[in-house]
Amino acid sequence: MFRYVIQRLLLAIPTLIGVAVVSFFLLRVVPGDVVEVKLRGDGGNVSQETIEMERKRMGLDKPLMAQFGDWMIGLATLDLGKSMWTDRPVIEEIAIRLELSLQVAIMASLVAVIIAIPLGTLAALMRGTWVDYVVRLITIAGLSMPSFWLGMLIMLTLLGLFNWLPPITFTPFYVDPKANFTQLIWPAMAVGYRYSAVTARMVRSQLLEVMNEDYIRTARAKGVYEKLVITRHALRNALLPAITVLGLEFAFLIGGLVVTEQVFNLNGIGKLFVQSISRNDFTLIQGMVMMISGFYIIVNLAIDMLYAVFDPRIRYR
Amino acid sequence: MTTIATTEKAEPARRPRSQILEFMRQQPMGAASFVVIVVMMFAGVFAERVAPHDPLDIDFGGILAPPSWEHWTGTDAFGRDTFSRIIYGARTALIIGFASSFIGSSLGALLGATCAYFGGRVDMVIQRFVDIMLSFPIIVLALVVVAVLGKWQVLGIDINLIFAIAIPIVPNVTRIVRSAALSVRAMPYIDAARTAGYSHLRIICRHMLPNLMAPYLIMLTAYIAQAILLEASLSFLGLGVAEPTPAWGLMLSGNATDFFREAPWMALFPGIAISLAVFAFSLFGDSLRDWLDPKFKV
Repeated sequence: MFRYVIQRLLLAIPTLIGVAVVSFFLLRVVPGDVVEVKLRGDGGNVSQETIEMERKRMGLDKPLMAQFGDWMIGLATLDLGKSMWTDRPVIEEIAIRLELSLQVAIMASLVAVIIAIPLGTLAALMRGTWVDYVVRLITIAGLSMPSFWLGMLIMLTLLGLFNWLPPITFTPFYVDPKANFTQLIWPAMAVGYRYSAVTARMVRSQLLEVMNEDYIRTARAKGVYEKLVITRHALRNALLPAITVLGLEFAFLIGGLVVTEQVFNLNGIGKLFVQSISRNDFTLIQGMVMMISGFYIIVNLAIDMLYAVFDPRIRYR
Repeated sequence: MTTIATTEKAEPARRPRSQILEFMRQQPMGAASFVVIVVMMFAGVFAERVAPHDPLDIDFGGILAPPSWEHWTGTDAFGRDTFSRIIYGARTALIIGFASSFIGSSLGALLGATCAYFGGRVDMVIQRFVDIMLSFPIIVLALVVVAVLGKWQVLGIDINLIFAIAIPIVPNVTRIVRSAALSVRAMPYIDAARTAGYSHLRIICRHMLPNLMAPYLIMLTAYIAQAILLEASLSFLGLGVAEPTPAWGLMLSGNATDFFREAPWMALFPGIAISLAVFAFSLFGDSLRDWLDPKFKV
């Protein structure tokens, strides 16, 4: 097991290098850079000299290959450099926002699980009836509604019912759990509903497949209660692929919360990403791209590990 | 049992008209969503005739007016008729949705077929690249492409936006088409074509791609829905379609949230339009998949 983990992590290195190279060169194709946006962005009249000086300070005047060398050497020493806009270390910029995004992602995944598993199971067990159709409509609706619009609807409802809107400033969980929860549950619901749709369909189709297996017939023939057949025998086997879907979605959520964070005005990773793109903040964009793909790789590995936990037949060497 | 029945019916020997009737009979939800799509296309194409007002007409005398007979879905902060803007928005959404899904799926199909045809090192390199691209959320990839391409308009259509949406579609389609193409690659007629000495390009384009039409069409319709959603998201973030062009995502951004209390309809109706469009295309894509290839799963 330990060897397998090390092996997988080593295999991730070429992928990460690929991401680093592509993100670096893609961004340098962009005409203009952070200095122009920063100094001339609001129509200010700044002399060419000042711009050149600022470029020099950031190392943007160096030849492309030298900049690329700096970036790769920095990466090898786990140094993502400084944000070109705020001059603070990229790691620091990401770290202060990661907590919020991570928490919303976790809560959204929980919401997705709570919605998806009962819905998917119900649809599979009542296949072909009106229940199945309703679940199908609910899931396709979940995929069709943009999560940012769902977020707006939630806010409109809150406003209409309680004349209250979730606060904008972030309260960490350990400071005030209740305030933290009442703030983040809404974006988590908006995103979670959407993600539950994919998972519910997965649960449904897997459960339908599993119900045809021999061991289900055996269990029924033994006289096991139907309820136990479904929860113990069928669901346990059907949920494995659902875990993969959920895990991958969770990995995507870290960067994929972009739009939802905008609606609820949350200062998370997604918002930082949009900001750094409109500011041409190359180092910050590169750093975040690295973080998102690194996170994806780690979550993928964790999913495979979870498989071994849930299914004793799977062994990694 | 049903599997066999549907594949038989999908045989091209049947007359096209009876096929359409058959589709309507077997996939009523698909047929219903197709009607929605046709209505939307009609509204988009003939927006000038259909829309009751000019979508750009600013009227400071009637800002934030609630829905009425004059303005079916109310007016926005500039007094513009939101119903007309939604109709014109259908045009924006459909042009960008169709174009980007077409470009993305076509590139993906070509890449997928190429991978399956050559195999070996070509396949390895392209698949690694696809893996890397798939490790990013679609919206993040689209944002990066927006950053790289900048603003690039031709005839009022945002070409940069079309590519920003098309590129994240490519790796997904590549992977699905490749898996279908692997079995086509093993067909005797491909060997026959190779023995006949046809060029690689000709075999891929004339012999493989026509046999990959089913997965291609399914992906194409499914990704129109995703493309419309993505366009709305990007416009909502202010990195897509720019004011004053009517676009659904744009209508939801900015002052729609500022006027929650005064004018909730501003946030309500464009969202319904997006959801309905995406819903119709997803459902149609779903039914098309069941109809064309019951065994095919995305």
